[in-house]
Amino acid sequence: MQTKRTVFGNRLLPYALLLPQLAVTVVFFLWPAAQAVLQSFQREDAFGLSTTWVGLTNYADLLSDPTYLNSLKVTAIFAPAVTLLSVGLGLIFAASLDRLARGSRVYAALLVWPYAVAPAIGGIMWWFLFNPTIGLLPYLLAMVGYRWDHALQPTDAMILVVIAASWKQVSYNFLFFMAGLQAIPKSMIEAAAIDGAGPVKRFFTIVFPLLSPTTFFLAVINLVYAMFDTFPVIHATTGGNPAQSTNILVYKVFVDGFIGLNLGSSAAQSVVLMAIVVALTVIQFKWVERKVTY
Amino acid sequence: MLTRSLIAGLALTFLSGSSFAATEITWWHAMGGELGKKLDEIVAKYNASQSDYKVTAVYKGSYPETMTAAIAAFRAKQQPDIVQVFEVGTGTMMAAKGAVYPVYQLMKDTGTAFDQKAFLSAVVGYYTDADGNMLSMPFNSSTPILYYNKDVFQKAGLDPEQPPKTWEDVEAYSKKIMSSGAAKCGFTTGWISWVQLENFSAWHNKPIGTLQNGIGGPDAELTFNGDLQVRHWTNLKKWQDEGLFQYGGPAGGNDAPPKFYSQECAIYMNSSASRAGVIGNAKDFKVGFGMLPYYSDVQGAPQNSIIGGATLWVLKGHSEAEYKGVANFFTFLSSPEVQADWHQYSGYLPITEAAYKLGQDQGFYAKNPGSDVAIKQITLNPPTENSKGLRFGNYVQIRDVIDEEFQNLLAGKKTPKDALDSVVTRGNKLIADFRAANG
Repeated sequence: MQTKRTVFGNRLLPYALLLPQLAVTVVFFLWPAAQAVLQSFQREDAFGLSTTWVGLTNYADLLSDPTYLNSLKVTAIFAPAVTLLSVGLGLIFAASLDRLARGSRVYAALLVWPYAVAPAIGGIMWWFLFNPTIGLLPYLLAMVGYRWDHALQPTDAMILVVIAASWKQVSYNFLFFMAGLQAIPKSMIEAAAIDGAGPVKRFFTIVFPLLSPTTFFLAVINLVYAMFDTFPVIHATTGGNPAQSTNILVYKVFVDGFIGLNLGSSAAQSVVLMAIVVALTVIQFKWVERKVTY
Repeated sequence: MLTRSLIAGLALTFLSGSSFAATEITWWHAMGGELGKKLDEIVAKYNASQSDYKVTAVYKGSYPETMTAAIAAFRAKQQPDIVQVFEVGTGTMMAAKGAVYPVYQLMKDTGTAFDQKAFLSAVVGYYTDADGNMLSMPFNSSTPILYYNKDVFQKAGLDPEQPPKTWEDVEAYSKKIMSSGAAKCGFTTGWISWVQLENFSAWHNKPIGTLQNGIGGPDAELTFNGDLQVRHWTNLKKWQDEGLFQYGGPAGGNDAPPKFYSQECAIYMNSSASRAGVIGNAKDFKVGFGMLPYYSDVQGAPQNSIIGGATLWVLKGHSEAEYKGVANFFTFLSSPEVQADWHQYSGYLPITEAAYKLGQDQGFYAKNPGSDVAIKQITLNPPTENSKGLRFGNYVQIRDVIDEEFQNLLAGKKTPKDALDSVVTRGNKLIADFRAANG
């Protein structure tokens, strides 16, 4: 007989215990998601006064819409860039701090700090720092001869949103890498040091491979973050401008649906996004969790 | 964000609902800052003036936010009685016949005395249906004017009492200002779409679209890509390259005001409702006012400028008693005293002849030079088909398209002709989408 198995006297009790969580899931996830799927097959005016069934028209329109294709391209640059920058910096900070004998707690606290700042506030802060008229960074860049103008130059705008979106995520990644580093046995590193491996060699042959589970986990988490949670950052900095060069998929859903009131197209776009999340989650569970050796 | 503001709105309604016997009227608006304070003051005055109705004004954020909040609330059957909608939302509101209670109908049904002719025709024309009936209540209408820095003009050796009249003047003055070192840049502007395309066209008596700029019916199409508009955008690009003109950003152009306040740019075009803000921020220099510039060789220019700003729409689904209150409140809002006070404080146009007259009798315009530039400009000539206003579906997005294509132009990615051609193509696609959704 299995001893681990919990036995409920009442058959209904387990369901009753699950009910609150299920209710939350149904009300806040399944129901809106079903609504979005339904709306994606409809064409409707803003007030919901006339609704017509249009089948796959909304999806077909998306594929032939140059602004949507542009948004896909922008997201394909933005999301990996944010992931690379924030995971990379998180790892560098964590690895540097790990070697620090004194004051590491102070640094750790400072590095985690940005995570406590609301994304919109962070966005506004970067907007101020990079503002072409009153910002500090364009002023400094002008001294070295670079005319910063994210209001008109797509590349500048992309750099701005990538930095603003990565900033607080560095803290998050830093924390995970710190924990990962502490799990690596000191004896291994010491043994390598005795064998004559320098700090760089030790990092790449011992530390980094042992951190790979953390790195993979963070890569997926950050990719999801960059694609779906960066709305406030975009909203507070560029608003998708100039000429849609920073209009990532999730921001386009908002602009088309909430500003433009084109509910059918917006719903179709959110269904596409939903499919991407599902795909990323499957990758996370099936592939990443298995292939990475602990 | 939407749901949160909805909940806040509901909470307010409940909180204030319990302690009064008077009929509750909710008004969602987009007036923040100083204007919001003034609006609250007007509402408080109304509530104190009688005891049958109580108006609760709720600030819902920017214009688009207020409009989408009201629409979402309507879908959830929690709509306010009154919502303030910006002028480009007019097409959307008019198409929603099942949601909107036209003001002329409301006044008739409640037996309220109401004379549409009392309002300025340049204002009313924007908000009437094909039969000339007024659908929404004008409240805050403005028009773009020109502001300039008198001190910089003096330093540059220009006459500080003479604003530039034509675009040729703007170019020549800007060059002089820059070469004399009086300021770093000639001019900047808010609202590329509203000022440098829509008003620019009306001011030169050139069409924005077919069918009287869309007022004639939903089948209208955009015609922004005329020779004159191409010429103007070509010049703006050239002037930007030469440093004469600095871009203030998309939509309202958030970066434009600081450029003028910090005396970086000497000339600035923006809404007449920016007047209070301009005077408040121009601490170290004197401000002059002028009409929008025009190209002197264009026949029929200057014509008259068109309005912007917002009107109040009444939403269906409330009790008769509430609508009586709304009608009563509207009568109060459009009274000469209230209108004159609001207009003189904010720089918005006086929306009735009586309010303008009252201001003249009070000697307000004599005491405050420049405060009547807007009304003079909007009534300069009787409006033509090209200068009555404009009305297209999905115009909120079309404004964004204009900004994007202007950015493409300034970044050197498109020629002026290509940029304006794509404004027209993309805009017409949006108009067709709107027709399909509301068909």
